[in-house]
Amino acid sequence: MSQKIAKKKMAKNPHLAVETAPRTKAMEKEEVAAVPTKMVTVYIMGKAYKVPAESTIMGAIEYAGYQIKRGAGCREGFCGACATVYRLPGDFKIYTGLACTTLVQDGMWLSQLPSIPAHKPVYDLEKLKPDITAFQQLYPEIFRCVACNTCTKACPQNLQVMDYIQAAIRGDIEKVMDLSFDCLCCGLCSIRCPAEIVHYNVGLLAKRLYGRYLSPRSQELELRLQEIRSGKYDKEYRKLIKMSREDLKKLYYARDIEEEKE
Amino acid sequence: MYPEYMRPSLKKVEETRPRRLELQKSGKPVFPPMTAQEREEVLKKFHPDYRPDALRQVRIGPNKGELMTREVADLLESHTRIDPTKFDLSRPDFETDILIIGGGGAGCAAAIIARQHGAKSIISTKLRLGDANSMMSQGGMQAAVTPQDSPTRHYLDAIGGGHFDNKPELVRALTEDGPEVVKWLEDLGVIWDKRPDGNNYVLHGGGTSRRRMHSCRDYTGAIIMRTLMDEVRNHPEDITVMEFMPTVELIMDHHGRCAGGILYNLETEEYFIVKAKATIIATGGFGRLHIRGFDTTNHYGATGDGLIIAYRAGAKLLYMDSVQYHPTGAVFPEQIAGFLITEKIRGAGGQPVNRHGELFVFPKEPRDVESAAIIRECLERKNGIETPSGRVGVWLDSPLIEMLHGEGYIAKNFPAMYRQFIRYGIDITKEPMLTYPSLHYQNGGIEINERCETNIPGLYVAGEASGGVHGRNRLMGNSVLDYNVFGRRAGKYAAEYAKNVKLGRLTLDHVLNYEKELKRAGIKTDRIAPILLPLYTPEEVRKRQLTAKYEGTLR
Repeated sequence: MSQKIAKKKMAKNPHLAVETAPRTKAMEKEEVAAVPTKMVTVYIMGKAYKVPAESTIMGAIEYAGYQIKRGAGCREGFCGACATVYRLPGDFKIYTGLACTTLVQDGMWLSQLPSIPAHKPVYDLEKLKPDITAFQQLYPEIFRCVACNTCTKACPQNLQVMDYIQAAIRGDIEKVMDLSFDCLCCGLCSIRCPAEIVHYNVGLLAKRLYGRYLSPRSQELELRLQEIRSGKYDKEYRKLIKMSREDLKKLYYARDIEEEKE
Repeated sequence: MYPEYMRPSLKKVEETRPRRLELQKSGKPVFPPMTAQEREEVLKKFHPDYRPDALRQVRIGPNKGELMTREVADLLESHTRIDPTKFDLSRPDFETDILIIGGGGAGCAAAIIARQHGAKSIISTKLRLGDANSMMSQGGMQAAVTPQDSPTRHYLDAIGGGHFDNKPELVRALTEDGPEVVKWLEDLGVIWDKRPDGNNYVLHGGGTSRRRMHSCRDYTGAIIMRTLMDEVRNHPEDITVMEFMPTVELIMDHHGRCAGGILYNLETEEYFIVKAKATIIATGGFGRLHIRGFDTTNHYGATGDGLIIAYRAGAKLLYMDSVQYHPTGAVFPEQIAGFLITEKIRGAGGQPVNRHGELFVFPKEPRDVESAAIIRECLERKNGIETPSGRVGVWLDSPLIEMLHGEGYIAKNFPAMYRQFIRYGIDITKEPMLTYPSLHYQNGGIEINERCETNIPGLYVAGEASGGVHGRNRLMGNSVLDYNVFGRRAGKYAAEYAKNVKLGRLTLDHVLNYEKELKRAGIKTDRIAPILLPLYTPEEVRKRQLTAKYEGTLR
């Protein structure tokens, strides 16, 4: 099977920008004589496929002919839909990554995780305190953390996951917020955790507590809200809405631009 | 790592950098902003919407005869996925106050607010909750909060950026609700970037006359979206989330009111009838239609599903002749082609420069103008840099940012961007990024008023699926604001409406009639819509997929 598939020509990106590629003559010539793309073998859920060596895992899965239903989202490393586990030849380790941003390697044996079973306790943010009690109440299992650091090793964002769980154990909300800020909630930490912690939901809770209770409040915002409520802008809005297109244009092109400097 | 042949050009960028840094430090525009006439010229000649074959007339439906983006017209001239005669609508599988179609930012905001107004809702979402473009926005959200700014100034910026085609009452709602949304989100736990005095840290975006871009590092969308999702999940008694369950048709009642939808379980292939007193479409945009073959910054699910189901039910669309290309999508490395490079990079002082290391455009023109100028630089002036796969782009000089704001600024403020490039051996604190416009946003959509109402009673629309807020060009940071402002409004007004409505007999006649209209217009096609998922299967594989009958793009 893999041999047959190997005959495929250069992987044509199915969403190549047709209008964006004004090829020069020289490039066209080069293409005629193009060296065949280097291919590697990957085992998608155990089945061998030849795919271009420079593919992402997601690109390889689609190149092989799968239409992804679960396991693709933003395709850019923001949504965490494409958690993937893999092994490499001659290596006993389990590796983790996002399918959209991890490149394939020859002999890679991979499976996507269609969903991560994780609990998310229901809570009322208004009734929580921004301290250790929130974690004690909602995620008592974090106190079982054995500090093995497997979660940190599993994180495709290279976050210090264990450190933020330890910070949560100390009730240091700000630290948890800061260290978990870039978390994508892919769940790979949780699936590897021997203490069965759902790290990313702990991080999310800490972030919401920080934003709600600890982040400094903006005085400017309060003033602006008062102005709006008092109807300060009503008259100007009415004027702008009634204004002819030509007058609006004049006003628009004459407006001053605030300087960049702080 | 950039290939060797790009080195000479990279060297030029380095050489011109000190001079450009001085310009940037002066605080004045680093390149003269275009006049109205110059803007018009560059748009007409180089914006993809103006290509002679970009538009065609749609032959059926409420906007019949209107010129639309070709791929949108195709989407509208498609068959339904279902056989309406097979559904017994007198026996709904679920009943609720509000059916919310789409689990992104607008859908979640609507559900949270609807609940506060006493309405229960079902969120029908094609992929997971939060699988949406909302999750991906990096740069920020506009809102006029600083003393030197005002909501009416924001109004003027937005309407000028939209070429004065925006619906005024929608722009007022957008800009006037802005500060309230900043507060609402903070109360829900969103962490805004702050100045030492506690006020929000704000930056410029393209087309803004005041710095008003509020951000959460460069994970703005991810922070907001996950906060909203988490809040939705805190109310399972009132909000039911149905994942991998897209709505594939609306249901009407015999008075012509919207009364719910037909949901499709993507995995078991079952259909379910949801009867709802009001329905909110919050399905987002259409980037995955790859208009004109462009790469896209969009989410996998952005296939314009809401447009077609609303159109079949008789909803009017607005500005479907206008597409937004983000000025800076990645073109190298190949694996991340299309990847959004946030406008915040330019907001923080990053400059687009050509292969000679020269500035050629004011870095903060409105998006369509900036995009057209970049296309001109590459295609007409031949000052772009070609990639090994035949793409072309201009440099976006990011190292300037660290020189302006100090070392470590990028790591702190652009962690997502830094991560995305360092994987491929490109350190954006030391080397520029190679970029070209990428298909980004559906400027038009289903026409709404400031209460998110459409021309169909009981049907509300919020977020990118709607049309009119941004005219024919959206400014950076106004879509994050849009889905919050109008998501909240849709939730409120739909909940109020749902209190008093008594639905009549349910029907799918509009779907049957649409099929008849297709036939009468002589349209012969095997297209099926909503298409739900884009098709990325290579040609070679498709040649062997010889099952007798497939449904649209689904396999």
